[in-house]
Amino acid sequence: MFQLLNTILIGITAGAIYSLMAISIVLVWRSTRVINFAQAGMALLSTYFGYEAMVHFNSFWIALPVAMVGGAGIAALIELVFMRLLVKRSSTGPMAAVAPIIATLGLLGLIKGIISSIWGGADVRLVGPVTNVGYSIGDKTLAFSPLKLLTLCTVVALMLLLTVLFQKSNIGLSLRASAYSPEIARLSGVKVDFVRTLGWSLAGAAGAVAGMFQTVNGNGAFSPESIEFALLLISGFIAAVIGGLESLVGAVVGGLVLGLVISFVLMYISSSLFFIAPFVILLIILFVRPQGILGVKAARRA
Amino acid sequence: MHKFKSSHHLGFFIIFGFILFLTGNRVDELRVYQGASIAVYVVAISSIILLTGYSGQVSLGHGALLAIGAYSAAVARNNFHAPVVLTFVIAVLAAALGGALLGAAAARLSGPYLAGTTLALAIGLPSLANQFPIFGGEQGVFFDVGFPPPSLGEGFTQYKWFFWIAGLAALISIWLVANILRSRYGRNWRAGRSNETAAALAGISVSRSKILAFTISAGVAGLAGALLSMTIGTVSPSAFPLALSFSLLTGAVLSGVSTLSGVMIGAVTLVAIPEIADAVATRIGVSERFTTNLPGLMVSTLLILTVLFVPNGPVEQHRTRQARKAAKEKN
Amino acid sequence: MTLTVTELTIHHGAICAISDVSFTVPKGQLTAVIGANGAGKTTLLRTLSGLNKSTHGTATWNEHNLLHSKPETIVRHGVSHVSEGKAVIPELSVVENLELGAIWRKNKKEAAESKASVIDIFPRLGERLNQRADTLSGGERQMLAIGRAIMSKPQLLLLDEPSLGLAPLIVEQIFQTIRDLTTSMGLTVVLVEQNAMGALKIADQGVVLNLGKVAVAGTAQSLIADPQVRAAYLGY
Repeated sequence: MFQLLNTILIGITAGAIYSLMAISIVLVWRSTRVINFAQAGMALLSTYFGYEAMVHFNSFWIALPVAMVGGAGIAALIELVFMRLLVKRSSTGPMAAVAPIIATLGLLGLIKGIISSIWGGADVRLVGPVTNVGYSIGDKTLAFSPLKLLTLCTVVALMLLLTVLFQKSNIGLSLRASAYSPEIARLSGVKVDFVRTLGWSLAGAAGAVAGMFQTVNGNGAFSPESIEFALLLISGFIAAVIGGLESLVGAVVGGLVLGLVISFVLMYISSSLFFIAPFVILLIILFVRPQGILGVKAARRA
Repeated sequence: MHKFKSSHHLGFFIIFGFILFLTGNRVDELRVYQGASIAVYVVAISSIILLTGYSGQVSLGHGALLAIGAYSAAVARNNFHAPVVLTFVIAVLAAALGGALLGAAAARLSGPYLAGTTLALAIGLPSLANQFPIFGGEQGVFFDVGFPPPSLGEGFTQYKWFFWIAGLAALISIWLVANILRSRYGRNWRAGRSNETAAALAGISVSRSKILAFTISAGVAGLAGALLSMTIGTVSPSAFPLALSFSLLTGAVLSGVSTLSGVMIGAVTLVAIPEIADAVATRIGVSERFTTNLPGLMVSTLLILTVLFVPNGPVEQHRTRQARKAAKEKN
Repeated sequence: MTLTVTELTIHHGAICAISDVSFTVPKGQLTAVIGANGAGKTTLLRTLSGLNKSTHGTATWNEHNLLHSKPETIVRHGVSHVSEGKAVIPELSVVENLELGAIWRKNKKEAAESKASVIDIFPRLGERLNQRADTLSGGERQMLAIGRAIMSKPQLLLLDEPSLGLAPLIVEQIFQTIRDLTTSMGLTVVLVEQNAMGALKIADQGVVLNLGKVAVAGTAQSLIADPQVRAAYLGY
């Protein structure tokens, strides 16, 4: 019973971080119809910005917004300089469907290379604002700690903020209209190009938060070669696909499912199998429900 | 080139192979080893070209298929004492089986979904090696193809033996792939790639054709995996990192994904990049940190630049330019 | 305040879709552009709203050059385009579709007034404000598309085949509404239609396009009376 509770709490916390990553994948997908495999790389780079801020100001609450602004800036830059050129150069020909995928992979490699060149391959440490020592129930200690509670609260707050932004504001309406029908949006006076950049920036900021919390919740160390980063890289994509790629709610559900499954595999089956578990879940979901849990049918083969 | 019959191709390949083997006797050991690496990459890249360029499916997880080939070859050799030739056949068959399974999933997916699924596989599969003791965990297992036969003479080195095996395997697989691509199956793949609906209406079973492409591609990748571990001597999870899958993809893009004839460009570039990076770093004298990351940076930059400026590869680009020139002269 | 198109030529790749087309639409008038499939009607309209690029010629509205501007700029000059095929965003609710039309307007009070007047014109939309647009019938969607365009406070309205795929009774209603809007709001309207008779009946002027060129132009009555136009486009 105790172990079960522990497993669920860890799974939900990890899942919340994956959800944020999935949200950033979905935001980019909806604004430019590209799966950005470099998203985790961008999150990692923002986390390094956060680390630099931490070194200078020694406060997590300064480091977090610095990472978010940095992440948004990088994402906007990539969209403006790189994606626009990509769409212009390779939107026809046999490579049209493949080119964006390969290009974002190249971007991932480039970002990782740049990070390693600047900060070196060694682990860099980042400490959370509250302790990661678990709460106690009687004489037992939970793996769920004040830090994990904080993570959960921050992620939920961000999601609420994003939901309000999307559903209740004019910016949200522009973002949604541009995603569903760029042409009607433009005819209605929406500056779709600007909205695309905005969508990328939001994704960059969300990814930065995911990166920061993924790091402090892991063993506190991170590098392009760390397990924390590899998990971020695949989990965002897998959670987004489980949720059907189009919906933010789906991304959250996908992230939670993934977090719980990984947590259960780790706790009850085998600690060396947890990297293959996401792949297996993905395969099962794709076979049973190819449109994702909340996805619309037939969207997958477009 | 397309007018040649396959038998002419065979003759061409035999002559080409003969020249290669003669050069093998004239250069130093390092070059021979690099030659073997190039041959390995040729095999691996041609499997990606077949899959991505001709059948339009993206796999970011070919490293995983290479791993399947390598591990099964090693297990066959170590635990069942199979002869060398048979280990390579087993590598091909095992990887092809894995490819068929993956292909069955892949046929239901397109573009980004398939790319992500294979990516998850590439990250996840090597961890299986830790789960089963037969694969030797992080340290991995040995894969030893043995010394060159004494009949080849005293001066025949181990590296030259690797080069011979890899070179022969590369020639055979290129010849096979080239012929498959020009067969009915190759045409079906290209038809499915450019328009699935039209291909289906023309009576092509698109999903069967896709699964077949994945299976053959995986088989070739398995061979490449076995060859790769032959040149390293061991099989371990660290030999098949995500970076391997990415550099193979880069090699394929540099070669021009939609034409097999550029495959050497990609293979040679992949082998040459570390050396070029080293030379550049020494010349400009930058920090060690930057030097170790330079090859990775160069691969990524090349990948991005190629996708942006010659998305169909240099060979195809050249061909289009020639064709345009010819059309202009006609007018 | 007239729409003036002179010597307009538009290419689709190597194909010439519109060649040397000139016409003017006076303020407050409804001009029907009719012609067979592939005559270039839609291309003409899409170019006027900035979605397509032209090769040669001019098109001005209120001294604004329409040919080298983006759609999002053109709509700010009072030109609204209802594109072909019930141009609504199915994933958004009815009220969101309407609000989208006014999203660029700074004065939110005026935008709210526009919304009230659209609901006044199309009470059916008022009853369905919070439904998703894809739950609407074909006719209701067309009303929503026109309503969205009106939310942009247009002076010039470009309508692309509003009758497409609708039942005859609904088509009649839509045409009547378009006529009423033109008069009551003082709009200038360009109506592209395959349903030549229906369009000419409510129009002040007509332009007949054939293979990208102006075949005949004149008042709507004169076109209806023209035996050649009757034989080719009106079917009797």
